[in-house]
Amino acid sequence: MNKITCDVCIVGGGPAGLSAAVAAKKAGAKDVLIVERDEALGGILQQCIHPGFGLKLFKEELTGPEYFGRFVDEANELGVKALLNSMVLEVTADTVTCINGELGVCEISAKAIVLAMGCRERTRANIVIPGTRPAGVYTAGTAQRLINRQNEMVGKKVVILGSGDIGMIMARRMTLEGAKVEAVVEIMDFLAGLTRNRVQCLDDFGIPLLLSHTIIDIKGNDRVESVVIAQVDENKKPIMSTAREIECDTLLLSVGLIPENELTSNAKIEISPITKGPKVNQYMQTSIKSVFACGNVVHVNDLVDNVSAESAKAGESAAKFAAGKLEDSTAVTVETGDNVRYVCPQSVIPADEKVDLYFRVMKPQKGVVITVTDGDNVLFTRKAIKVNPGEMEKATVSVKDITSLMVSVKEA
Amino acid sequence: MTKEIICTVCPTGCTIHVEGENGNITKIEGFSCPRGKVYAENEFTAPVRILTSTAKIKNAKTPLVAVRSKTPVPKEKLFDCMVEIRKLELTPPVNRGDVLIKNICDTGVDIIASGEVK
Amino acid sequence: MKADVLVIGAGAVGTAITRELTKYRLNVICVDKREDVGGDCSKSNSAIIHTGYDAKPGTLESELVVAANPQYDKLTRDLDIPFKRIGAILPAITDEQFAQLPEIKEKALKNRVYDVQYLSKEQILEMEPNINPEVKGGLFIPRESIIDPFIYVVAMAENAVANGAKFMLETEVTGIRKEGDRVVGAETTKGYIEADYIVNAAGLFCDEIANMVGKFDYTVVPRKGQFYILDKNTGCKVNHIVLPIPTKITKGKLMTPTIHGNMLVGPTAEDLYDKYDKSTNTEGLNSIRDDVTKLIPGVMLQDTITQFCGLRANRNPEGLNIDVYDDVKHYVNLSGVRSTGLTNSVSVGAYVANLLREIGLKMEFNENFIEKRKGIVCIRELSKEEQHKKILENPLYGNIVCRCESVTEGEIVDAIHSPIPAKSVDAIKRRLRAGMGRCQGGFCGPKVIEILARELGCEPKDICKNNSKSYMVCGKVK
Repeated sequence: MNKITCDVCIVGGGPAGLSAAVAAKKAGAKDVLIVERDEALGGILQQCIHPGFGLKLFKEELTGPEYFGRFVDEANELGVKALLNSMVLEVTADTVTCINGELGVCEISAKAIVLAMGCRERTRANIVIPGTRPAGVYTAGTAQRLINRQNEMVGKKVVILGSGDIGMIMARRMTLEGAKVEAVVEIMDFLAGLTRNRVQCLDDFGIPLLLSHTIIDIKGNDRVESVVIAQVDENKKPIMSTAREIECDTLLLSVGLIPENELTSNAKIEISPITKGPKVNQYMQTSIKSVFACGNVVHVNDLVDNVSAESAKAGESAAKFAAGKLEDSTAVTVETGDNVRYVCPQSVIPADEKVDLYFRVMKPQKGVVITVTDGDNVLFTRKAIKVNPGEMEKATVSVKDITSLMVSVKEA
Repeated sequence: MTKEIICTVCPTGCTIHVEGENGNITKIEGFSCPRGKVYAENEFTAPVRILTSTAKIKNAKTPLVAVRSKTPVPKEKLFDCMVEIRKLELTPPVNRGDVLIKNICDTGVDIIASGEVK
Repeated sequence: MKADVLVIGAGAVGTAITRELTKYRLNVICVDKREDVGGDCSKSNSAIIHTGYDAKPGTLESELVVAANPQYDKLTRDLDIPFKRIGAILPAITDEQFAQLPEIKEKALKNRVYDVQYLSKEQILEMEPNINPEVKGGLFIPRESIIDPFIYVVAMAENAVANGAKFMLETEVTGIRKEGDRVVGAETTKGYIEADYIVNAAGLFCDEIANMVGKFDYTVVPRKGQFYILDKNTGCKVNHIVLPIPTKITKGKLMTPTIHGNMLVGPTAEDLYDKYDKSTNTEGLNSIRDDVTKLIPGVMLQDTITQFCGLRANRNPEGLNIDVYDDVKHYVNLSGVRSTGLTNSVSVGAYVANLLREIGLKMEFNENFIEKRKGIVCIRELSKEEQHKKILENPLYGNIVCRCESVTEGEIVDAIHSPIPAKSVDAIKRRLRAGMGRCQGGFCGPKVIEILARELGCEPKDICKNNSKSYMVCGKVK
């Protein structure tokens, strides 16, 4: 078996892992090693050929490959090492075990570990769509990989369930490549993804968006032949009288993402039941102090720019930890107030610094004020015209001497 | 002609109502910031989009390389541009930023590589 | 083409008969219209090897199931089939159910299943803490067991091939030729096969084959069973097969671990007319929820990774029948092989072989019969040292394709080039579990298509999910 040692070992070479690696190097870590299962770095951005990345971070509109390309270039300049085609099988407090076709089994000892495995797509089973099980039912990301990386067209007549960003982006992508997208069907009465994607991916091409609708049956024994859709009532129950059949050969599912945390749970790291990712403090440190986590493995983000920012924090903290220089004292749990589903980080160690609190609301709300309080002490307040579960909010607060923290969204 | 335009400048997503003929706007309302007004005016008179796609590449580890329009192209030319991009057949190396089609469909915009294949 | 015996159907039963016949010096061909062995019913069921404790005493079904169960220890060892004797618990939740227990035990005794034991409430809750705490007591049936039903059929078929049998897949029987009062061969979509003896083990379609020889004495009435499969990490698990006490109307819905550590919950029982209807429906799935919650109140169906539907090949009139006829000689007809079919297939094999002898087939012992078969190496189950060694032998064992179930490219390539080649996405999935985990092929699907196309020397658009019409992709984008 191969034994490798490094200061910081990063599991996953997507946008989160790359940003963490660059930041760890900049913060002084000597040996930074990324372990990546794919044959190249970049993660999911390799197949995200559409624009819309980098508006916050680089103030310009980049495609996925351009966005991660900048990080790969920087990582190379800084001397970050990468072990490609390597699947991690196990993570402990100080060891990452992976397998690789050329090297066999490798045991990597690290002073600090950063988990950046990203997320996976929810499937048909997670949302229980009855019907047959023919070929032609794909998650949107799988279809995206086949089309954008493998040059394989998945179908010609398409219905998309879920108005998440990947689903809408695939509606445009498949339309541009000659497929007919019959409809995007969304069970909620609001859009799951970003408004700009609705405009540029659906409206531009006259693709109907059917809100408060769902798929109640899939037909076809071999390949998808049609789907039956129906409107839903306020309890999300299908109204049978509205059922209608749409002929198609492909059903794409864009019904959400789940952090990929099998390695995390096997390492016995504490997982949040809401985000399904590890609980972290402002240093992106998990319940095992030498293990940090960042990106979609912690909570599903809608903008890669946020992932990069948060991951840089994780990389920097990991480097400090490896050098024995990371702050350590009792953390304060961040409470969720009115209309707040979760806040990341879940806890904050009081320190003389500013901390970005990322959070999502439970339901859309207009004319609100966002506040962060420490008991009666208001640390942050901002008005917003509207908030939406599909768009993550941020509040930056000073956390010196805090004894509690609560984020709430209330009517202004 | 009248158009309802959903503004994408910020997450607010104002619905902006625009009226006019031949590119001359006679009425515009519903915006809540100056950037939104400019966006709606452009969307009404000459909407443009960044086009991204893939191009075939031979003798490489991967069958495709990602491409994009360097700057936005007129919306109504998207499908014409796709036809031209489809004709590309590249060979390595392709570097990020390489110009692959100059002035595609007389739009004045170049198609460049956004991915790379060494 | 010519065979001493032609077996129609490569499900559990057809495959077991084929393998049994290779113990004799016979030229055996097994045909199936599907692209892979494993049939319909044999691949979508509760994957339990029954004891027969609840069969109707005195029936052929009871005789064969009871005889089959003890054979599985050796068989699964010989053929490298995942199998575990975990035992079944029948908890009585209501007083009415509690009163039924002596009757159930008595029936088990009549079936010569002598090892059924009473359990107290305390014993049950200690064995299965997730059972409804209102449980009054119950029964334990130690030899009820779980198996990998896909590997079972594949292993039996591969072993039959090793012993000289031939499997012809995507070969549909379209007619049976008779001369006088005996059968002489079968017309198939791959040409005529001359056969001295023909065995109809076509499961769901056995009535259609029977019609071809002029027998119209029964029809197949498919009985649908819908199931949930739950994630290995679900928060509420059981360690035994937990069976409900049957009512007059239904055997009810069970919960059991699968051999690979998932939880399986179901099935429904709905009589159908359409042999192709393998759809799940909301009513069925909800009824599973309602029923299983009574047994295991904490069951977390939200952790489902898939739902599926299987069909049992019940017949009208009911009952397992293995028939020979005076007016259709050299022909054996099997029908009514239903939920116990997976279990009893092994004794059905021996029973049919004996029947063939009785109707005149010359059977000489094959002293070269190979008893053992080795499956594809399972990299995830090896120690780190063994994994390291395997990868250095073949780098493809170091390339994990299915991340949920840790299946490597090397194993996939092995399956594609195995004695019963896996040529479809589902065939790979059944043999190796690639695509059977929580992401349901989202991650590995595209790679499996790529590997299949490369190894089979075809285009990705020719790769199918299962049969030839179930294409995965429709051509190049560019």
